[in-house]
Amino acid sequence: MKPAPSDSGSPPLALVFSSLLGLLALSAASSFLPPAPWKTAAGLAIAAAKTLLIALFFMRLKYRRGLIPIFAVAGLFWLGILGTLLMSDYLTRGRL
Amino acid sequence: MITATPVSAEPTPHPEAKAVTNQLGMWTFLATEILFFGGLFVVYTLFRLTYPEIFRQGGQSMDFWLGTVNTAVLLTSSLFMALADRAVRANQRALLTRCLALTALLGLVFLGIKAYEYHGKFAEHLVPGPGFRGPPGSGPRLQIFYFLYFAMTGLHALHMLGGLAAVGWLWRLNAQGRLNSGRTEPVVIVGLYWHFVDCIWVFLYPLFYLAGR
Repeated sequence: MKPAPSDSGSPPLALVFSSLLGLLALSAASSFLPPAPWKTAAGLAIAAAKTLLIALFFMRLKYRRGLIPIFAVAGLFWLGILGTLLMSDYLTRGRL
Repeated sequence: MITATPVSAEPTPHPEAKAVTNQLGMWTFLATEILFFGGLFVVYTLFRLTYPEIFRQGGQSMDFWLGTVNTAVLLTSSLFMALADRAVRANQRALLTRCLALTALLGLVFLGIKAYEYHGKFAEHLVPGPGFRGPPGSGPRLQIFYFLYFAMTGLHALHMLGGLAAVGWLWRLNAQGRLNSGRTEPVVIVGLYWHFVDCIWVFLYPLFYLAGR
């Protein structure tokens, strides 16, 4: 088994937490801007960035090797297929 | 004379292999959870694309500050769960106790704020059903927004209750001296679940609290 990388060189959890709060502040601040179609996409992109930080450092996926990262993304993979099928309908059929 | 050497029916698994197996089990469960919540996220997407106006109206009735504070509360609880993981690996049992207590306390604060919000929605007759009374100018379709709000945040709150029970179990194990640097797996497994529930909320926040802004 390939040894898992050590987390001794990992960023301090306080830094990860500060980044999460910074992203939350960014998301909250964007809601005070005038309404725009991109705001939902931006909110979801910020949510994805927060999830990535939580998964890599709080759930310690950054330090896992082998099957664990594969299992971790499996659910997202199936959900991605579901989402792709849904959007392929919506984006191609035009307004009903 | 031939003497039979007793042979164990099942070889003792290597501790590292056992840890990986435990984590794979939890990640498999979380994959089913992603698809469980994912179905609701897909329904949300479909309705939002079809009736964008009800999400604007519904989103404007959400309490932005309560949602934002609750997100910060949950992120902080995740920090303490990550610190609990670090504490058990360092064999710091007293620190582990404090981290678990703060994780649970913040989980309870989150649920308290959620209960306050739900109470407000009930008082304003914004619960889908025969008694639903939306703001002036809104139609019955607005109930779709509130149905999704209660279904998704309610399911999330039930997961929080499960997480709190699991943290209570860790507390008990630690009080019995059964958690240490040689036995970290219960903290790792519960931590994965707690962080996952946090991640679900991270997506619910923009979809409901920022929808009308």
